[in-house]
Amino acid sequence: MTDQPDTYAAAAEVGAVRKRRTRLERVGLLLKSAPPSAWFGMIVVTLYILVAIFADVIAPYGEAEIHPVPFAPWGGEFLFGTDQIGRDVLTRLIYGARNTMGIALATTMLSFLIGGGLGLVAAINRSWLDQFLSRFVDVLMAIPSLIFALMLLSIFGSTVTSLIMIIAVLDSTRVFRLTRAVAVNVAVMDYVEAAKLRGEGLSWIMRREILPNILPPLVAEFGLRFCFVFLTIAALSFLGVGIQPPTADWGSMVRENASLIQFAKYDITAAITPLLPAAAIALLTVAVNFIVDWFLHKTSGLRDEH
Amino acid sequence: MSTEPVSKDRILLEMRDVRIDGFSDERWHQIIKGVNLTLRRGEILGLIGESGAGKSTLGKAAMGYTQPGCKLTGGSILFDGIDLVKASDAEKRRLWGTRIAYVAQSAAASFNPAHRLIDQTVEAATRRGIRPDAESRADAVQLFRALQLPKPETIGSRYPHQVSGGQLQRVMTAMAMSPRPDLIIFDEPTTALDVTTQVEVLSAMRNIVEEFNTAAIYITHDLAVVAQMADTIKVLRYGEEVEEAPTRQMLTEPKQAYTRSLWSVRALEKPEVKGDDIILSIDHVDAAYGPFKVLHDVNISIPRGRTVAVVGESGSGKSTTARVITGLLPPLSGSVIFNGEPLPAALKDRSKDQLQRIQMIYQMADTAMNPRQTVFDIIARPLEFYLGLKGKAREDRVVELLKMIELDESFMDRLPSELSGGQKQRICIARALAAEPDIIICDEVTSALDQIVQEGILKLLLRLQKEFNITYLFITHDIATVKAISDEIVVMFQGKVVEQGLKSEILSPPFPDYTQLLLSSVPEMDPDWLTNLLSARPDGP
Amino acid sequence: MNAVLATILKRLGLGLATLFVVSAIIFSSISMLPGDFGQAVLGQSATQETVAAFRKELGLDKPAVVRYFEWAGDVLQGDLGTSFSGRNASGQDRSRQVSDLVMPRLWNTLFLAGVTALIAVPLALFLGLTTALYRNSAYDRAVNAATLTTISTPEFFVAYILILVFASLWPVFPSLANVDASTALGERLYRVALPALTLTLVIVAHMMRMTRAAIINLLASPYIEMARLKGASRSEIILKHALPNAWAPIATVIAFNLAYLVVGVVVVEVVFVYPGIGQLMVDAVTSRDIPVVQACALIFAATYILLNLTADIIGIVTNPRLLHPR
Repeated sequence: MTDQPDTYAAAAEVGAVRKRRTRLERVGLLLKSAPPSAWFGMIVVTLYILVAIFADVIAPYGEAEIHPVPFAPWGGEFLFGTDQIGRDVLTRLIYGARNTMGIALATTMLSFLIGGGLGLVAAINRSWLDQFLSRFVDVLMAIPSLIFALMLLSIFGSTVTSLIMIIAVLDSTRVFRLTRAVAVNVAVMDYVEAAKLRGEGLSWIMRREILPNILPPLVAEFGLRFCFVFLTIAALSFLGVGIQPPTADWGSMVRENASLIQFAKYDITAAITPLLPAAAIALLTVAVNFIVDWFLHKTSGLRDEH
Repeated sequence: MSTEPVSKDRILLEMRDVRIDGFSDERWHQIIKGVNLTLRRGEILGLIGESGAGKSTLGKAAMGYTQPGCKLTGGSILFDGIDLVKASDAEKRRLWGTRIAYVAQSAAASFNPAHRLIDQTVEAATRRGIRPDAESRADAVQLFRALQLPKPETIGSRYPHQVSGGQLQRVMTAMAMSPRPDLIIFDEPTTALDVTTQVEVLSAMRNIVEEFNTAAIYITHDLAVVAQMADTIKVLRYGEEVEEAPTRQMLTEPKQAYTRSLWSVRALEKPEVKGDDIILSIDHVDAAYGPFKVLHDVNISIPRGRTVAVVGESGSGKSTTARVITGLLPPLSGSVIFNGEPLPAALKDRSKDQLQRIQMIYQMADTAMNPRQTVFDIIARPLEFYLGLKGKAREDRVVELLKMIELDESFMDRLPSELSGGQKQRICIARALAAEPDIIICDEVTSALDQIVQEGILKLLLRLQKEFNITYLFITHDIATVKAISDEIVVMFQGKVVEQGLKSEILSPPFPDYTQLLLSSVPEMDPDWLTNLLSARPDGP
Repeated sequence: MNAVLATILKRLGLGLATLFVVSAIIFSSISMLPGDFGQAVLGQSATQETVAAFRKELGLDKPAVVRYFEWAGDVLQGDLGTSFSGRNASGQDRSRQVSDLVMPRLWNTLFLAGVTALIAVPLALFLGLTTALYRNSAYDRAVNAATLTTISTPEFFVAYILILVFASLWPVFPSLANVDASTALGERLYRVALPALTLTLVIVAHMMRMTRAAIINLLASPYIEMARLKGASRSEIILKHALPNAWAPIATVIAFNLAYLVVGVVVVEVVFVYPGIGQLMVDAVTSRDIPVVQACALIFAATYILLNLTADIIGIVTNPRLLHPR
């Protein structure tokens, strides 16, 4: 009736049907199943990274180079015209990619270092330290982060360092919560208990037993946090309290050229100029969100109804 | 519902060459590979098989329902002349809950927490206007009474979280029975219950199905349970039928070797040997989780090289006892004495040597192994950690350990997800063995496994004990497993030790009340067992 | 009912405690100011005496705890202190009361947020429920793609596109939402049309996605499968079996998004030059007018805490386990 042997042998027992694949094959399979939105996201993100890395090579002018004609029209010498004091908009856009993305990336990494590290410790420790950290984070999160950031910036001033530190600390509260939540789920697993019974130290349990098992949600969260940090920095710069001139930055570019919109009837391209940096921000966050959305769908194991 | 007189010969459900695919690991796999099933009116068919046999999928398919992630790829399902494969969703909805009802495994999760029990019980009958709502409610109370629920008049006004699991399971049976269906699918309805509760629920379900002459498909992995319930038994394996026969015939003369192997498991029994050299003893231990006291003055002594089985139902404190021994839960008072010396109460105060000598194996091998570590990583870590083995010596020892547990070195770079349930548990045994311990605590190590795999694990444990003179503290709720492996037995109930003694003493009369109840509640492979038991119990129905 | 009451009281206590700590954090931010701050506010030519007098006025010579309770006592009586602006080196003081600055603007912000919430909440709940109900349909996919794009977009991008289209190319609405106390309701509504529309677009996207996720999460429960196997139709499953268990998650979603709205107004107010509390705060940050910043931060934080508290309480009173204890 069956093709299985009737005599019992442990080695012959059939395990879960899972084909063994190399890392490369798995990545290939993953990419093959990626929907168009995810492909779109990956291509956009790659382009942005290339522009950021090779900004010096691609940009036609210097980052803060001022030309004699302010608000020059599109075309000719300046593809997207010049801004209110005569800087080339395209150049500023290209350097903006490097500055805004670089600062956002540094901030996100710092916030993961703080929030992720403390979250793991809290999840394993589960004692007064966990209680203290969790309550402290609850309080910090009771203040809207943009408001908190505004307040702290008014005290420490708007330098790049204070911007990175303030947003990283505020954002790390969310990273802490997520890390703690997923790590607690893993920390109650028998294999963590087994490691404790073996006598393993905190560092081993954190690095070897828990961290590898919470990576997927953390990677997804990294994408989302990056978007959030990126938007926060753009908003702060837009409000004039973020990245300060002459550093090129997308948020402040929108603000500086916003008045051009009222000329839409006379020169539509001029009116679009302030929208270019805004669109650059939107395109990147949309792209990252598409990738994260797909990644979450893949790793959550949720099955749609057929 | 049907009003015409029921005749036992009329075919109610006819499934022909049913094929169902499930989606996993990026591919479609066949879960059900062409199964035929015929059910007559009033007949009870037992569907048994091990995990992954596809019995639950087949049971739901009998309703024309496939779970999300599964799809019907072939065959026909005829219910009383209605083609459930071609029927529209609306047509199927008219049958579900009225002519075909479903009883799920986890009653606690399957009741809506926001509605009263009685509202959920009468929901289907009222929706289809089978009878006026008031009549349905009165009828539900009658059903509650027939199912021996306490306070049948008022229990319906309670919410699901307010009643116990065993009672909920009976309410769910009442819910299924309320519209007087032609067919009920019981999907492992007693698996989550304790044995003493299981007896009550089984008898209640059997009586009510008999009373209304309802046809049923009873899905379970427990042979003894299905023997009490079913007229006919169908054995499934890997999505295919192994054989089908009337219950008595199936029990006495199974045709297929596989079926026979299922039956034979219960034959294993270790001859008991008395031991006097006490390696570990638990001395007047009280323990609590926060304000909840769970152990009351527990005394257990474990002789070297023997197996002491701790039996009891959930909440009896048997797992807590293990946590006290390992130091995960320091006791309120009392102590654990190991090789003549008291162990420090807390894990962090114990020496590496003390940790090494006491190892533990868990019930769920799935969660006991880090899914991101290979078999080699898992077994090699204690070798490095306790014994300081490195490089070639460590690798050789891993191969040796794999051989000991009847696997080979080809398993070394597999991940836990690439192993079967039995293989996983073997790796856990190898990990414990790697530490070269004096005593291994086995917490329900076989209860998540299929019968035939259980036997293999038990034999392995017995062999290892003989070879290395290891002591086992074996925690289980399963009496058959106790018979198979133990020298001595400790019976626990509500955090207290009821009795401890040699296996032969404990398993023969006279019994203390609780031991009597526990032993008599364990289903036996005899179709008349439940009937005889109920008539023998003084307070029985 | 006692269990419910006890839990609610506990939450209220927790909310008050949080507010206390938050106010302490906001207050203590002033002590983190660099030492030469008095100089910065009053100008380089300020004398030692005027700076010292200014520090004394701020109470920087008293211990922090004493200062905090004096400040908190004042705040409870509606006195939010005096603005830093309007002072000069000679010790002249033309500064205004913070409460006079904040109150009219707070009212404006609440008006804008209120208009937005009235449109956004019902719309988002409707979209969330229907996409959950018809998930994986073309409708669901379209709404999802649209909202995913919206939530990834900075508010000012949405705002400027709306200005470009509705104020610049086809001037149907004003691009500046300047209102004052004398503006009539109809005129006021007309002027806040674009800011309210911007906020609505952003909020609806967030809220709809969270509602959909909460409902779909519920639909994965075994009791929902049981309801299907009892023959319940799609709408019955959603309305009768899922919704009664969904109030808590939905309340959380709404509270979260209203809180988000309160913060979102900052950027939108700046774009449309709307005289609300958000713009006030940004101006105060730029000029480092700390008392005003503190007052605004305190108001935002209090709103935030209050909204979350409300959601918690709704979750408590709709939880059958708490309503019907064993």
